[in-house]
Amino acid sequence: MSRESDFYLRRLHSLLGVIPVGLFVTQHLVVNHFATRGEEAFNTASNFMGNLPFVLFLEWFIIYIPLMFHAFYGVYIAFTAKNNVKRYGTFRNWMFLLQRVTGVFLVIFIAWHIYETRIQKALGAEVDFDMMANILSNPFMLAFYIVGVLSATFHLANGLWSFAVTWGIAQSPNSQKIVSYITILAFLVLSVIGVQALLAFVV
Amino acid sequence: MSEQTAVQEQQVASKTVKFEIQRQDTPDSKPYWESFSIPYRPNMNVISALMEIRRNPVNADGKKTTPVNWDMNCLEEVCGACSMVINGRPRQSCTALVDQLTQPIRLEPMRTFPVVRDLVVDREFMFDSLKRIKAWIPIDGTYDLGEGPRMPERKRQWTYELSKCMTCGVCLEACPNVNDKSNFIGPALLSQVRLFNAHPTGAMNKDERLQTIMSDGGIGECGNSQNCVVACPKGIPLTTSIAAMNRATTVQMFKNFFGSDHMVD
Ligand code: SF4
Ligand code: FES
Repeated sequence: MSRESDFYLRRLHSLLGVIPVGLFVTQHLVVNHFATRGEEAFNTASNFMGNLPFVLFLEWFIIYIPLMFHAFYGVYIAFTAKNNVKRYGTFRNWMFLLQRVTGVFLVIFIAWHIYETRIQKALGAEVDFDMMANILSNPFMLAFYIVGVLSATFHLANGLWSFAVTWGIAQSPNSQKIVSYITILAFLVLSVIGVQALLAFVV
Repeated sequence: MSEQTAVQEQQVASKTVKFEIQRQDTPDSKPYWESFSIPYRPNMNVISALMEIRRNPVNADGKKTTPVNWDMNCLEEVCGACSMVINGRPRQSCTALVDQLTQPIRLEPMRTFPVVRDLVVDREFMFDSLKRIKAWIPIDGTYDLGEGPRMPERKRQWTYELSKCMTCGVCLEACPNVNDKSNFIGPALLSQVRLFNAHPTGAMNKDERLQTIMSDGGIGECGNSQNCVVACPKGIPLTTSIAAMNRATTVQMFKNFFGSDHMVD
């Protein structure tokens, strides 16, 4: 498949992955972290987020539309690559592969996650601490969510690196290496925040 | 002493080199593997081994076969014609020394390109792409244009590194995004845009070259696996070139979008 507009779609894909999707994911993980302060704190925070003014508009324009474009165009990108980590087992080639694997996994994970929470809310269920505690009491679901959160933090951190390269911000090998270190740090920090929040629902 | 050398020579003579070669008789026929076992000589390279097979086309089973076809020209790693996949990695066969390779030595054509016969591939795609990006310095006019602008010596030095590209296709073979599902022109070509845009006279058409790599099969197809820079036999800083072109196309994109009546710069 080839189109004259591919260049612009790719750039849009890279941009939307960071703003707004990346920002939203960070915000989401941080708000989840209220769970470590107990049920009440989490419910207050989640109520606050769920009752923001214009919440439907915000959801569609900051989350669903950009996320859907990023997800569906991303799947197309993932399946046009012919991975060859066996031939070149370098760090960057592995990151290239993992970016695509986590991306495809995230489409599945996020679809499931939205079905279990947002769609259930639309059908009248209450999205709160108990709901999550209930879901995560199943060890299989807990593992699924942990892998999901780690995929998201990895995909975001590594995506930040390619954003810096794709837009021509980091050019020299040295600057690209420094950006690598920064994004590895971002991955670690976001992963700790995300997994701590998940574990807070099970103890 | 002389006895020992005679013994050594005897050993050398009886030593053989094993090859497994992926063959293909016509562009559309099915590839198949054939093994060869040829007498070892010191300092052999893959090409001299292929020449030996051509001289005596007998496979490892002792059966007579057709000579293996391959492409070559300079024999000193500057033309790129002899590129093939050797033990899983694309590289030039003229500088692939048998002593440094694990046996059996597996030879395959670079399947990113259409196979003509055996190890011969058609790199036309790259040459067409060079035309698309205007990989030349336009110096002809209807009258004598005189001297061009001077190029700073230190700039000449780093652009010289980029000019070492021999269009061998190894970086395209290494790239996961150059395949039959995409029409990505490949890392080498993006680096060539940087080379010709860096030249003071070449820069007079730099917006045209940028426009080309912002279209079908251009720089947008790069996924940053950075295999190209590892694979390039000439040590060309391909990923730096790509990032530089990313920056240049970003600027060009904003110029195009917000409107500018300036061409070139
Ligand atoms: S950039 Fe290097 S690997 Fe690619 S075609 Fe040129 S010489 Fe070959
Ligand atoms: S024959 Fe020219 S590069 Fe090998």
